[in-house]
Parts: sequence; C-alpha cells; structure tokens
Amino acid sequence: MDESEGKEAEQVPPSVRNPDSASASDQDDFVEPASEEIKNAVLVAADTFVDINYDDLVNEDYDSHPSGVIHAIVRSGSQDEHSSSEHNDTSTGEESSEDHNEIPKDLSAALNDVALKESDPIEEIEEDEYGKGSKWQLEKKHIFILSSSGKPIYSRHGQEDKLVTIMGVLQALISFVSAAKDSMRSIVAGDHKFVFLVREHIYLVAVSKGLESVQQLVLQLSYIYNQILSVLTFTSLQKIFKQRRNYDLRRMLSGSEKFIDNLLNLMDHDPSFKLQAVRCLPLDSPVRDSIAQSIIQHARVKDLVFAIILANNQLVTLVRMKKYFLHPMDLHLIINLVNASESFKAAESWTPICLPKFDASGFLQAHISYLDESCQTCMLLLSVDRESFFILSECKKKIQERLIKYNGLQAISDSLMKTSYSCQQCGISDLRHFLYKSRSMAQYTSPELEAPYLSDEEQERLFGLYLYLHNRIHTSVRPLKILYHVGKHETLLGWVTQQFELYAVFGPLITKHTAIGAINKLLRWIKKEETRLFILNSATF
Amino acid sequence: MKSIEAKVVVLGSQGVGKTSVVIRYVGGMFSKAVSPTIGASFFTYKMTLDNYRIKLQVWDTAGQERFRSMAPMYYRKANAAMLIYDMTSADSFYDIKDWVSELKKNIDTPIVMCLVGNKNDLSDIREVSTEDAMEYASSIGALYCETSALKNTGIDDAFLQVAQQLIKLYETSPNSGLHTIDLQDNSSRPASSSPGMKVDSPKKQTAQSTNSGGGCGC
Repeated sequence: MDESEGKEAEQVPPSVRNPDSASASDQDDFVEPASEEIKNAVLVAADTFVDINYDDLVNEDYDSHPSGVIHAIVRSGSQDEHSSSEHNDTSTGEESSEDHNEIPKDLSAALNDVALKESDPIEEIEEDEYGKGSKWQLEKKHIFILSSSGKPIYSRHGQEDKLVTIMGVLQALISFVSAAKDSMRSIVAGDHKFVFLVREHIYLVAVSKGLESVQQLVLQLSYIYNQILSVLTFTSLQKIFKQRRNYDLRRMLSGSEKFIDNLLNLMDHDPSFKLQAVRCLPLDSPVRDSIAQSIIQHARVKDLVFAIILANNQLVTLVRMKKYFLHPMDLHLIINLVNASESFKAAESWTPICLPKFDASGFLQAHISYLDESCQTCMLLLSVDRESFFILSECKKKIQERLIKYNGLQAISDSLMKTSYSCQQCGISDLRHFLYKSRSMAQYTSPELEAPYLSDEEQERLFGLYLYLHNRIHTSVRPLKILYHVGKHETLLGWVTQQFELYAVFGPLITKHTAIGAINKLLRWIKKEETRLFILNSATF
Repeated sequence: MKSIEAKVVVLGSQGVGKTSVVIRYVGGMFSKAVSPTIGASFFTYKMTLDNYRIKLQVWDTAGQERFRSMAPMYYRKANAAMLIYDMTSADSFYDIKDWVSELKKNIDTPIVMCLVGNKNDLSDIREVSTEDAMEYASSIGALYCETSALKNTGIDDAFLQVAQQLIKLYETSPNSGLHTIDLQDNSSRPASSSPGMKVDSPKKQTAQSTNSGGGCGC
C-alpha cells in the first residue's frame, strides 16, 4: 500500500497547481489529464475527473461531448491504443471564475419582484392548493422542468400541468435574459434561491429555501438533466424537438418521473452526489478480488463494456473494458435506476440505458438481475450489443454459480447485515462523524450515523452541516484548503488536499489542537483500513 | 416426445397488466404493487402438451411510450404475440391495432397472435365489449381470451391456446422459425431437417436443460 501511495505522490506534481496562485480555483488541476499510472490505479473514471467543476457543469455542451463511444466500440470491437483521449471529459478549466454575470440593476430589481411574488399569478387562477400559504408553497425545494417553448415537463411538487403559469414566467425570465446574449444563473430573493440550468431544449429550475448553495443546486439540476438523457439520449431529445418545437416531453418521459423523484430524494440525504463519489460496500480485499475474478472469467463477452455489482446502493465491484471508464455521475444514475425500480426483482431484465458522461448519443443495453433470493445484490452487465441478452444471461448464471460456490454472495450479505462501522472503531474520542473522499478513486467512506444523529431532524441537520462545509471549501469565488468552524452544537473541520477530501464533525468543546491530532489519527486509520473500504485495483476485462 | 422452444412477446399499452398476467402465469402469484417494467423482463416457462415439451421464452415488454422504439428488438423472431389490453379502457384496445399493423409490417414468419382482454374482474365498468373484441380478433386471425390476473381467470387458458397453436404451427408450417430440441435421437424426425429450423445438438441440449432449471426464477 505504501508503495502505491508513493507512486501516486510522485505522479501528482505535474498537475499540482502553484501554491502561490492560491486564488486560482481548483479547476486548474483538471486541465491536465492524470498520468497513466494514476489512471491504472483508478477505479471510477478518475482519469478525467477529480473534483466537481461547477463551471463546466453549467457550460457543458453535449454537442461537443465526446459522443460516439458506443459506435466506436461497435466498430472497433476491442482494439485499443490511443483511445484514452477519446473519452476525456470536456473539462477545460478555461472558464473564468467570475462566472456569475452581473444582472443589470434595474432588471435585477424587476426579477426580484417577480421572484418574491413567485406564486401570485397562480393564486388568482388556482384555488388554495397552490396559493399563498398552501402546502405546495411551503415546500422546501421545488424543481421545475420545462421545454424551451415553455411547456411543463416536470414539477417535484404538485401537478406540472397545473403550473403552466409559473412555467411561463420562468420561460419568460430565461428568454428575456438570453435575448441580451446573456444567461440566467440564479436569483436570490429573501431566503429563496432560484437556480437555472439552461440546456438546448430543456430548462431546469430549482427554487429552494434549504441550505444548498447555488453551485450545489446547479449540480443537482445537472443530475436531473442527465437522468432525462439517461432515459432518452441526447440524440433523440434533439430529434424530438427538431421535429416539433412544442412537443410535450411528458409523453416520452411517462413512467420515468419516479426516477427523477427518487434521485431528488436521494440527493437530499445522500452525500455521495455532492461529493461526486461512490461508496463501496466494505469487504476484505481477497473476497472482493474473487468476486471480480468471477466476473472476469465468466463474462468474457465481446462488446461488454461494464459489469457492476451493487448492494444497498453501495458498489461491490466494477469490471470495465480496459479503455473505458465509468464516471461517478453515470454510476449514480445506475444506482438510482436500481434503487427506484422494483421490476428488476421479478425477472431478468434487458433494458436500454444511456450514460450521458460515457456517451450521450446512444444507449447501452443493460442486463439487470438480482443474484440472491432476497434481492439485495444486483448485477448489471452493460453491453453495446443489443442482441446479446442470451449470452449475458448465460454469463449471469455462471457468475452466480461461482459466487455461491465461493461464498461471494454470503460475504456480501454478511457485510450488509452488520452495520458498516462505527466512529468508535477508529478510536478517536470526540469524533462524531466524518466523510472521507479519495479524490483519485472517486470513492468515499463514512461511518454509521450514531447518537446524537439518530432522529431524522438531527440527520438532516448533520447533512446541512456537511453542505455548509463542502460549499465553503469549494466555493468558486474563494476555494479553501482547510476550514475550521466552531458551531453552536459541533465543531467542523474540512480539509482538501490533492489526494483526499475530509469533512469531520466533532463535539463542540474540542480544541483546534486536538481536532488536528484526531484528524491525523483518522487518516492513519483509514490508510490501515483502505483495502476494505475502497476498491483500489480497477478490474478490467 | 419432442421439445419446442418458442419465443413469446407480450405487447400492449402502459398499465394494462402485462406483467401481472405473466407473473400470475409463470410465478403463480399476484401483487398489487407491480412497478412499471423497465425495458423488458424475461421469463421462461416449461409445459408438456400433446406429446410435446414446450419451453416458452416470454418477453414481457414495457408499455411506456419511450420504450416503443425498442419493441422490434423484443418481437423480432417471435413465434407468438400476446396482445393485451385493459377491457376498462377503450384506448388501450385501439392501441392494439397499432401493434398488429407494426407486427404485420415487420415480421415475415408466421406468428400466433392472441388478443387478451385483461381486468375481467372489473367487467361491470368495461368499455370494450366481448363482441367487438372477438370480431376484431377474428378479423386479424388472432385467438381471443378474457382474463383477470387478480382473480386468476382465463390466463392458463390463454397460454394453453397459444401453446396449442404453436404446436399446430410447428407441424404444419416448416419455416415457422420455431426452435426444436429433440430429446430422442433425431435421425428419424423429418421436421428437424427442414429449413428454418434450428436443431440443437444433443450436447447443447443437455446444457440447456440443466440451465433452464434455474431459469424461471421469479
């Protein structure tokens, strides 16, 4: 392990930013693709992706997205070579940090006015249901999706077709600003934030009075946009709106609203989305290796790109085609698909899924099945070959047999049974909870929630603390490396380095000195447990 | 005793009860909380009928609009199609016509069609009369059944009729595309040499039968 760390450290310097230019945002780090060695040590798409680049999220253009990966696989079979550049992310880092264009004063006043009276127009038409003081209005976070012609597509609360007026207002705001060759990013009105994500045919708007920052809301909207692409592909979305500008997209999305609902619910309490990292099921590394080996041996199928085993929203193993990586954002969409759907439990399924970061232009075909009777362990085999169901079904049977024979499934269910680990196991007093993300692996770990974070309210509060800490550290205006924050009920410490991000929550009485000592101890503990908590070796076909 | 392997595709609008019918038949149960199918689910079912062992490979497709373009993948090379509508919804019945014309356009091998009016338990609020449905079924040369996945009526019968038709198709039409697996030595079987039939070698056949044991897990 030490060796690998040494290797990594050696490889880091080329992309380390000059510490003097401290105000330059983290984005500079991403300009250079990670070097070959690091890539090999990486499991989940870390080649292109080390951290969230919010500006890219905003400006990401799917036209210029490295599309055609699927076709490339179909065409070239499994020839490799210089392909790694093909799937490099669009991250350019060139975006200046002062992205939030100032809205002209008079306009801004007008907008605020509209914003404050957000539901007034509706109030006149609708009865109490959507009016002032209604349950609808008091919801903490609203998400609206509309087409560029103003047709409602989705609303998180209430019925979207009853909200045409609001959608109309939102569309008017967006097009008014874009008429001036500008784009609408966000409006802050009182304790509400209005955040806009404008895509070619779809507008997404979040209205929140929660603790999320504008950037965090933009990220959530990007996830939802990707969720829509995952169902339709960018190509067909474009085709639909090219043919009919005012198409009612709800027709095509019918039945997939629940994926958006579920994704939003997950994002409200699962830190993996804002960390852009996945959580692995703790397993001893020989066990995990043998599970991966079972897949590698029995799923040697042409055109199979990814094989994934998930258990309870956690990653058990991922095997990928050598030259392709799975972006955490795509993996989150897969987790959401499995999480939100009961229908895979009944039988093997064969379903198209688009992974926007992988290739927004086409579908991968997914063979989805549960490996155990109790439907806890789910395996997905993603291929570009639409005809390979029966081949993959055979693979699944063989993998399943082998996993039973060598107690792989048993190990997974054992690990699921016992709570992952408690803070006490790290042996650090006063440490209440933490999130640790390995940036090169795009994986994170955190202990079980324990007292005082047992009630829903307390857990929500803790989540809010992390949101705050994360936001303070990653704010594009002034990114921080270390933040020590003494709050009313707890002390927070956030620390971001080239290798990791750590967010720790201590009791309120701890001193700075002890906290730093504790963090160092924690890092040593994580290092020791690393092979169990993370997937260090990326398995390939 | 001969074995036939037939591919059955289940088509119909969203929410008419395709999955419920299939699960009732294959798994013998009914769940009130069936979630919408994503893509398609695959089931196998084995039965013995008139000296034939029939293995049905059932593709239960999703009814949602967005999966419409995927349908050819599932009905291609199908030997039978169950066209399910909800008898309390006239729209779902009209949608069947689209399916039928799509099948006729895209499938060149003979196919057994069975029109299934589901939700018979709600027959007092039905919108599609038995006469209309039967008339339509005979106009397209399809079988007709009324079923209730909730009450478990008519479903066994529907699949049984389909299976009988499949046997007939197999016996009469040599290029039906039906897959056959002969359990006895197949030298004397003229059928197995006819074009368009896939004859599995004995070796493969044993592999298949062992695998299929766990195949219809549901």
